[in-house]
Amino acid sequence: MLQSLKMRQGQEMALTTVIAAVAVVLSVLPMSRLLLEVVFPGGELSVAAIEAGLANPATWRATRNTLVVGIGGTVLATLAGTAVALLVALTNVRGRRLFVLCFVLPLMIAPQITALAWLQLFGPASPFLKLFGIAPPIGTPNPLYSPAGIVLLLAVQYAPLVFLMVRAGLRRLPRELVEAAQSGGAGPFTVLWTVILPLMTPSIVAAAALTFVSCVGNFGIPAFLGIPANYLVLPTLIYQRLAGAGPSVLPEVAFLSVLIGVIAMAGIVAQDIIARRRDFRIGSTSLPPQPYNLGRWRVVAETVMWLVIVAILVLPLFGLVLTSLISAFGVPVTWETVSIRNYTFVLFEHAAVTRSFRNSIFLSLAAAGFAVLVAVPLGYMVAWGRSRWTKALNLAVELPYALPGVVMAIAALLIFLRPIPLTGIHIYNTVWIILYAYLARFLVLALRPTVSGYHQIDRALEEAAQITGAGLLMRLRTIIFPLVAPAALAGALLIFMTALSELTVSALIWSSGAETVGVMIFSFEQGGRSSEAAAISVIAVAVTAALMLLADLFAKKLPSGVLPWRD
Amino acid sequence: MAGLTIDNVTKSFGDLDAVRKVSIDVQNGEFLAVLGPSGCGKTTMLRLIAGFEQVTDGRILIGDKVVSDRNMHVPPERRRVGIVFQNYALWPHMTVAENIAYPLKVAKVGKAEREKRVEDALALVNMQGYGDRRPANLSGGQRQRVALARCLVAAPSLVLFDEPLANLDVHLRASMEDEFAAFHKRTGTTIVYITHDQTEAMALADRIAVMDQGRLIQLATPRELFREPANAMVASFIANGIVLPADVLTAEESGHCRVRVLGTEFVVRCQPGEKPRQKALICCRSADIEPAAPGEPGFEGTVTRSVYRGGVGRIEVAPTDAPDCSLHFDQKEPVTLEPGMTARLRIGSGWLIPEENAG
Repeated sequence: MLQSLKMRQGQEMALTTVIAAVAVVLSVLPMSRLLLEVVFPGGELSVAAIEAGLANPATWRATRNTLVVGIGGTVLATLAGTAVALLVALTNVRGRRLFVLCFVLPLMIAPQITALAWLQLFGPASPFLKLFGIAPPIGTPNPLYSPAGIVLLLAVQYAPLVFLMVRAGLRRLPRELVEAAQSGGAGPFTVLWTVILPLMTPSIVAAAALTFVSCVGNFGIPAFLGIPANYLVLPTLIYQRLAGAGPSVLPEVAFLSVLIGVIAMAGIVAQDIIARRRDFRIGSTSLPPQPYNLGRWRVVAETVMWLVIVAILVLPLFGLVLTSLISAFGVPVTWETVSIRNYTFVLFEHAAVTRSFRNSIFLSLAAAGFAVLVAVPLGYMVAWGRSRWTKALNLAVELPYALPGVVMAIAALLIFLRPIPLTGIHIYNTVWIILYAYLARFLVLALRPTVSGYHQIDRALEEAAQITGAGLLMRLRTIIFPLVAPAALAGALLIFMTALSELTVSALIWSSGAETVGVMIFSFEQGGRSSEAAAISVIAVAVTAALMLLADLFAKKLPSGVLPWRD
Repeated sequence: MAGLTIDNVTKSFGDLDAVRKVSIDVQNGEFLAVLGPSGCGKTTMLRLIAGFEQVTDGRILIGDKVVSDRNMHVPPERRRVGIVFQNYALWPHMTVAENIAYPLKVAKVGKAEREKRVEDALALVNMQGYGDRRPANLSGGQRQRVALARCLVAAPSLVLFDEPLANLDVHLRASMEDEFAAFHKRTGTTIVYITHDQTEAMALADRIAVMDQGRLIQLATPRELFREPANAMVASFIANGIVLPADVLTAEESGHCRVRVLGTEFVVRCQPGEKPRQKALICCRSADIEPAAPGEPGFEGTVTRSVYRGGVGRIEVAPTDAPDCSLHFDQKEPVTLEPGMTARLRIGSGWLIPEENAG
């Protein structure tokens, strides 16, 4: 009896230890390794790397550029995302579900694909403009190769993020607060200005902070739009250094990635300060406000909404598809020039691309599967655990995702540059180092929906099993996993979609034989072969959209709030 | 079957004592109700017995085995206790039969034996033929029965009920009450039944433990609780008792003593050994109060409210000498008293509340 008692408590201890170990390996280890490289390069305390970095004018230029596009993108995305959220959540516009799905899609599409698609729309070689014969003359630079272009695309990419967070806030707005203002004589705009927007400050600020972190860490968009114009931001500067000089510049790029981390953290801290300045807490819970009747303006609003979808989604994707169908870049689209040659080429003939599809599917599946396995017990400890370590644990898992992907990639490089101690296993230049970085970076994408799934489950269901004598592992298997599985699987789906055409991390740590889809798109575009890049992108977008639709079909079976684009 | 001993148990959450120095002995086969207003600590008590919370101080024994004390805590899964949860806690991903079979599966009972015992348990709660249903397709009362069957199938030594009827409508409540009583009679299981509903507790329990602000106020049979409340809280909590200030005039004699209440003197029941004292309290029931006949001794008061309740009127009166203590009684037809009128009343009987011990 006593023995089995020990065994059962042992189960709990073992689980805690394993989960804590995973958190350490995936979060504490890479972050501390990175800091170590900056302060102790080569094992000795030295500020040489910092000094060298600070003395280099390229660092300052890239930092300034990062701040410019980061702040610009954040402001634009926040304005657009908030406006759309207000329109969708508070008024009686029709066709909301489809609109939301379309509006959120850019968030699910990898940034480099967004960039590629937009590039195909403008510029002298645009097959789209050529359709109408309005392409600018050869030699004119593509207007998107500029800071303004980067800011615009960052806004397109991340406005959905702001939209989702602000709309979530608006759903929690009790209608009494709005009705009290209305009965006090306030018109719709007064209510918006004096009640709704002030109460939404925390949501808007949190969304802006997250957008800022995503913008400064974004690699795909400044890589496609900035590098041709020699407008470098910190992530692209790191990429160029590393691609040019190899591992010898690791201390320097480690410093640069810490610099990105510091800028990103500054955004988070600013959010915290603003959110604390006033009391924004909403006490009661109640039904959301009645949708505001737009009357005659409803048709106008709906038209504008769908024009926005056409502009940010339909046209770029159309341009992408057109480019992927023409035989050579720059050729006008006619019935003669259209072919699926590029598709058969990338799917079956180009060894590296075929390999990259295999690699990316393997990486996405492995990262998603592992994340579910870890997220279920980890979410259990975060949501229901009472240990004081749970908060630290949660933070440890959040950190790698809060920091830009470049940071994680450099940390992974530093850890695995040499063989793993004691084992002699060397995963540098293999697909496994990418998997490690993906696991660390994306785990939180599965953890968040899982934790919110736990919060929607009555804990008594577990206690009822516990009281019958079921030990922790038995409960996890028979009760808890079946109950949170939908939420965890939705998280896994997010990971799969994100990892499938991921570029930021893999651009820095890929190697021949371990290519990813994102890397292939990037190298084709850099090599001037936009048609092939477009073909790969179209395939990736099609897979993503199909998965979203599939998940949407099962949305009714999922706990509420686990699919970001659903209510 | 096993008794339960709660020995001087304290549970603190930070600075707050949710349960404070509570001692209760539950006999083998006894039906104990734990009764109290919400926030009194009764749910914490249940979670301590079940093992979901660890005691801060004191100990808990099931049978003669210590399951909780300051240094040791047997986890819930090793206590062999059954719980019927307020919201049933049926697993939505399993059928009724799978829900009931779960404890047997955990105990590694063979398949044939398991199926037989599930059938028996379903029969015990009159749910034969529902084994293949999903919990979502059952009514509240049916879910409660399944929850009961699941709890019983493993033959636990002790069964805890956590406000099992709180989510049911009034009619269902009465019939489930009967079923619980029948079940207890049939099986003789030791039961601890948490509730805030005193009629439920009175109807079912052998003894009732009244809790307030984390402390055990009184542990007694329903009859004793009603007739001889230990303090003013129990007196006013149970069946809306009326508590009035009194002076004790004579020492106890064969269970009675003479008191002066609101200027009139009469005899009330009391504990052995009561001595004359000032500032005592008596508890009386609305049935003990009636209008005084002309010439009879009595006290005056102003009627503050009169509610007609079909056949009787519930009259609330503020005594002229002590307008703060409201009392109420039922006036039979014809109901003549109206708010603002002066009434002359007498108290027929009552209970002298024992002097409160410090603490």
